Amino acid sequence: MTDIAVFRAEGIGKSYPGVRANDDVSFSVRAGEIHALLGENGAGKSTLVKMIYGLVRPDDGQMWLAGSLHAPADPRAARAAGVAMVFQHFSLFDALTVAENIALGMESPPPRRELSARITKVSHDFGLPLNPARRIVTLSAGERQRVEIIRCLLQDPRLLIMDEPTSVLTPQEAELLFATLRKLAAGGTAILYISHKLDEIRAHCDRATILRHGKVVDSCDPRAHSARDLAAMMVGGQMRVIDRSGRQAGEVLLQVTALSQPAPNAEGTALKDVALTLRAGEILGIGGVAGNGQEELLAALSGEVRSAPGSVVLEGTDLSAQGPEPRRVAGLLTAPEDRLGHAAVPDFSLTENTLLTAGARKGLVRRGMIDHGAARDYALAVIQGFDVRTPGPHVPARALSGGNLQKFVIGREVMQDPRVLVVNQPTWGVDAGAAAAVRQSLLDLARQGAGVIVISQDLDELLELSDRFCALNEGRLSPPVPTEGLTLDRIGLMLGGAHGMEEARP
Amino acid sequence: MMIDPLSVFLLLISASTPILFAALGELVAERAGVLNLGVEGMMITGALAGFAAAYATGNPFLGFLVAALAGAVISMLFAGLTQLFLANQVASGLALTLFGLGLAAMFGKPFEGVKAPPMPTGPLRINWIVWLGLIMVPLIWAFLNRSRAGLILRGVGENHEAAHALGYNVRLTRTAAIAFGGAMAGVGGAYISIATVLQWTEGMTAGAGWIALAIVVFSKWTAPGVLAGAWLFGGVTVLQLRLQAAGVAVPVQLLSMAPYLATILVLVIISARQKYSRRAGGGSPGSLGTNFHALR
Repeated sequence: MTDIAVFRAEGIGKSYPGVRANDDVSFSVRAGEIHALLGENGAGKSTLVKMIYGLVRPDDGQMWLAGSLHAPADPRAARAAGVAMVFQHFSLFDALTVAENIALGMESPPPRRELSARITKVSHDFGLPLNPARRIVTLSAGERQRVEIIRCLLQDPRLLIMDEPTSVLTPQEAELLFATLRKLAAGGTAILYISHKLDEIRAHCDRATILRHGKVVDSCDPRAHSARDLAAMMVGGQMRVIDRSGRQAGEVLLQVTALSQPAPNAEGTALKDVALTLRAGEILGIGGVAGNGQEELLAALSGEVRSAPGSVVLEGTDLSAQGPEPRRVAGLLTAPEDRLGHAAVPDFSLTENTLLTAGARKGLVRRGMIDHGAARDYALAVIQGFDVRTPGPHVPARALSGGNLQKFVIGREVMQDPRVLVVNQPTWGVDAGAAAAVRQSLLDLARQGAGVIVISQDLDELLELSDRFCALNEGRLSPPVPTEGLTLDRIGLMLGGAHGMEEARP
Repeated sequence: MMIDPLSVFLLLISASTPILFAALGELVAERAGVLNLGVEGMMITGALAGFAAAYATGNPFLGFLVAALAGAVISMLFAGLTQLFLANQVASGLALTLFGLGLAAMFGKPFEGVKAPPMPTGPLRINWIVWLGLIMVPLIWAFLNRSRAGLILRGVGENHEAAHALGYNVRLTRTAAIAFGGAMAGVGGAYISIATVLQWTEGMTAGAGWIALAIVVFSKWTAPGVLAGAWLFGGVTVLQLRLQAAGVAVPVQLLSMAPYLATILVLVIISARQKYSRRAGGGSPGSLGTNFHALR
């Protein structure tokens, strides 16, 4: 590794109306290093890289790239200067082919045939095989990311920016990505890596610059610090220690018996004879690899899908034939995984979004008319209670960052004081500080005597929160085992389909 | 009853020319993600402006040039509303149609009853503008599928957020596509007044703009598909006129309905299969009809 700074920023500042997104940010990235940019949601990471990529112009400060002043007027100028970027949300064109997508990301692409040949060659060299004639719609998330990466690689970038690249990848795909980044770095490319997955950064990054509220607060070698230290630097102060105390399993709240559902569509999973019992004050964790029936189970519990009589019983009342609204009134609330589109309407304001699930329980609707004042007050209460960073309840849901919207969606349900709350992936895409707050709110809810079901793919989260653990595998739910004393190995066997208490054969 | 296939074919390509031009123009606009329902208004504007210019100068080709300009100019009204002020595209397009029809009716009064200069025929006794329309089909296909500019235009239409993130100017691309669509619709309209009817009458485009819009969907947003659709409509039109002339024992109203019915029927059949076509790269552009607003 050389010591030459490929990229250097000095005193970068950027303001938006009402927000100072970046303030006096200075840092440098050396050739051949993987440099992490760490920070909570809204710490200013995305604004910073958008300035490097020419999408946004800084108000103050200067940037240098390979020794010369870097002030790109637009992304094409930035690309010409040697900056390449892989976006958090894919910037791909679904109906176009891989080759066409890559051509659009290059300044002067070679003729089609030559480009296709180069894509095939480069993608094989890096162990990320791609067929240039495939259309994007037919690719998986991991393959789509390959397209973005190959698009960058073909430009021989000096500086490669990756904005939360692993949030949509399976662990195997993430490993492959890091192997690729290592190869690139070994070739002298500087890599700026944005993430809030601390373990990932500790394992793979050489240096880290930590942003908080738009300012650089620290710079360190992430391998020399624990995940806990890094999180503390990000949030400024000690991480909240999760408090599990003061809960006692009470009477049975929710009884699910012989719940079977056909698969809703070709990609869906059928639920097969699912049974569970949830007691007051208890948190039940349901783990499993994505696509094993998590969404279908949530839909059957929320009432989006009706089930056989007697299969979903809440405190002695059979709710299996009821839709979501009667279930909410009875006290069974849910927060689905997909925040934009399922849990919240993107173009509705936060006030309007509270009405969608909290209308009945919080008395926000009177004689068929919306009580706007009450709805706004409740939205404000959720925003304050769950530290949702937004200018106010009039803001449309789509304007919130993923983590903030997640806090809002969970808060909206938790503050309705449910008897039973079912959440799917409650901290997906949420930074460490916010995730801790969401988890604590679920524990607090259970302490007050509610039952909570947490469906998640994050096993650490399930071990941290739940009292009992079940594995969901191809639509079948294993019998619960107490979380205490449960090891990751054992969970792995349960997820692999070795149901119940039998020992798996080697 | 004798229907000579060759003469029917020659009539067919002539009858389909206005729709072919308008639909090709709308195809380019829609591939850029713009749904311009103002085709009818742009066509009638071109029909009047072209006719007036041809009548005044005695040169029909000058008429077509003016028609293209007039179509492009009036389409800028739509471009301003939707690209600058981010107005709803459906409402703006409908407004453009009503505005164009009204405007042409008002300024067209002095031209009622006068005759257009004769249109010289080109090779194979086929009018030059018909040739131009036929040549435009492969040209537009090649532009969309083989050129860099066409790729950027398709990118803008498919995902304007991504195109912007990559540094392409979404609004400029769309404005250019709208102008092209306007010019093509203008030529299509002028073909009706200068080359087919040879005079100006109020509302003479008679819904051709709407058929052109339907044909773009029918074509699954491809240039050869547009040609097929225009020929289908033109063919049924010519055929029903011939059948009428031959005195077939079918009510005239039913025959007049036939071209529209045929278009709707094919549209329904194709729409029913549409859901499979995105995986093959067909189907409507991803950002069609949605406005783009960049935060800087």
